[in-house]
Amino acid sequence: MQARRTRLMLSLGVASVLLLLAGLAAGGDGFSIAGMLQLLQGPEAELIVGRIRAPRTLGAWLTGALLGVAGALAQGLFRNPLADPFLLGSASGASLAVVAVLAAGALAGQGIGPEAAGLLSRIGLVAAAFVGALAGVLLTLLLARGAQHTLRLLLAGVVVGVVLSALSDLLTLAAPEALRGRQVFMLGSTGFLGWDGCLLLALGLVLTLPPALRLSRTLDALVLGLDSARSLGLPLARLRLLLVALLAAATGLAVSQAGLVAFVGLAAPHLVRRCAPGMHGYMLLASALAGAVLLLAADVAARTLIAPQELPVGVLTAVIGGAYLLWLLQRQADT
Amino acid sequence: MKALCRALLACLLVGQAVAAPLSVQDDRGLTLRFAAPPARIVSLVPSLSESVCALGACARLVGTDRYSNWPAEVSALPKLGGLDDAQVERIVALQPDLVLAAPTARVVQRLDALGLKVMVLHTRNHADVRHNLQRLGALLGEPARAAALWTSIEAQMEEAAARVPAALRGRSVYFEVDAGPYAAGPTSFIGETLQRLGLRNIVPASLGSFPKLSPEFVVRAAPDIVIAEQRNALDMARRPGWPAMPALQQQRLCVFSTEHYEVLVRSGPRMGEAALQIADCLARLGQDTR
Repeated sequence: MQARRTRLMLSLGVASVLLLLAGLAAGGDGFSIAGMLQLLQGPEAELIVGRIRAPRTLGAWLTGALLGVAGALAQGLFRNPLADPFLLGSASGASLAVVAVLAAGALAGQGIGPEAAGLLSRIGLVAAAFVGALAGVLLTLLLARGAQHTLRLLLAGVVVGVVLSALSDLLTLAAPEALRGRQVFMLGSTGFLGWDGCLLLALGLVLTLPPALRLSRTLDALVLGLDSARSLGLPLARLRLLLVALLAAATGLAVSQAGLVAFVGLAAPHLVRRCAPGMHGYMLLASALAGAVLLLAADVAARTLIAPQELPVGVLTAVIGGAYLLWLLQRQADT
Repeated sequence: MKALCRALLACLLVGQAVAAPLSVQDDRGLTLRFAAPPARIVSLVPSLSESVCALGACARLVGTDRYSNWPAEVSALPKLGGLDDAQVERIVALQPDLVLAAPTARVVQRLDALGLKVMVLHTRNHADVRHNLQRLGALLGEPARAAALWTSIEAQMEEAAARVPAALRGRSVYFEVDAGPYAAGPTSFIGETLQRLGLRNIVPASLGSFPKLSPEFVVRAAPDIVIAEQRNALDMARRPGWPAMPALQQQRLCVFSTEHYEVLVRSGPRMGEAALQIADCLARLGQDTR
């Protein structure tokens, strides 16, 4: 089994390198290595490859990695292989914040004052999405009175999700101008990622992955059940809260930079578990790599499939992830 | 010698005036400076694409958003996604010296960061359109043309208002933007046009530009005239209670095909044409009622 794990990690690493290179060759004129080499010799190399394709490609990889980590954390925390990083209200919180910023311009002077509208639009979509995601999770935690009870936490997450989505709907009713922007956010996109976004994503990965790895023992203990974990002397209430905080930070950061990219967080840990299951320390690392590879592959495909037009990356991850999940369920039913 | 010096000085001053950098303020309050009128323009808003073309600078457009489709030559340009999902790489690769966009789009920040000049413009009402044409005219080196264009839009509005039959002036109108039903309120550019035509909007100004109404509100407001796109108008007779409205009872409907409807819902240089389209429909309705 150890050999299979090593093989999986190695192949994910190789796939990452290949896809990162492929990302540099996939652009407005489709996928072309010759085109990239030509571009690299021209005067536009720094701008097109250096400042647009490279950060976008690395950004997709980092976003996927964060979602992979968040997915592994969520599935470990909830002891449920169908848990998703968006479960705790981060997705709906982020959407609501984005819609609020989009609608602010339209609603200035009616409903909200011009100062408030100005403030909202200055905050910007990225910061708003991040704050919204964290606020969504915080609200869930408040409603669930902490993170001790899995069921209460999940239910609170569902309620927060439904209520915040309804509020977004309400806002878009008042300001239909926000509809298209909201739709694009919900489909996810890596098209606007620059080096500053990459820096934030990398920082997020550095700040969430090592603590998550340190908490992997807790996740391992949780597999045995709450009582067994408690009998090991673990301060569960505090540790679970910490896990939720890491989950929220990783998800919020990914969502703020790339929108609600579907299924990566759900599918990445599954992929790892199917190929070579293991303890949570390894699961977290491998899920990060798997998520990164999945999102980057989808992104390269999204740029290439209908070039010069582009598909929203979330559509591809949803289709690929959905098909994969169905296949998974099919296999489980067979065995 | 003195005269020569003066002439030289005058030449220098004129030369300076010609080379003086163009500067224009966009609706973010940002001042954009240009050494020469922009020659490669990307427009991410259909009504702004139309404005650039109406100012005779269609040849300077190098790309647009996917919804820009007028005039015909715009359709042939590279389509760079929508305002919210614009394709950054393709925009940058076109090397535009001016990008036209609407507020709160993420692409604006990204293009700013990549060093492009992005001009953010509101297109909410008649005053916005006038201001936009002025600024674009100045920027493109066509200030006289911009002024003439606005004058002709005004003239078309006057002409349209004159064509409205006396029997229909002051009547109440419901302009359906989409089956929701979403209406055009009096503060929107469409609402302003309707007001110029002497019609009374059933939507109060307090509801904003494009409010979503309850179907019951529309029925109770009992509009005398309904204006809508074909696909939505066909549906109205099937909505509960709607056939009882005076407009549907007396068939006072202005129904437009998608092509003509697009003229109505774009706040650009074709606003005068839009007013004339509505006025012509009202004139037909006036004949029928007589």
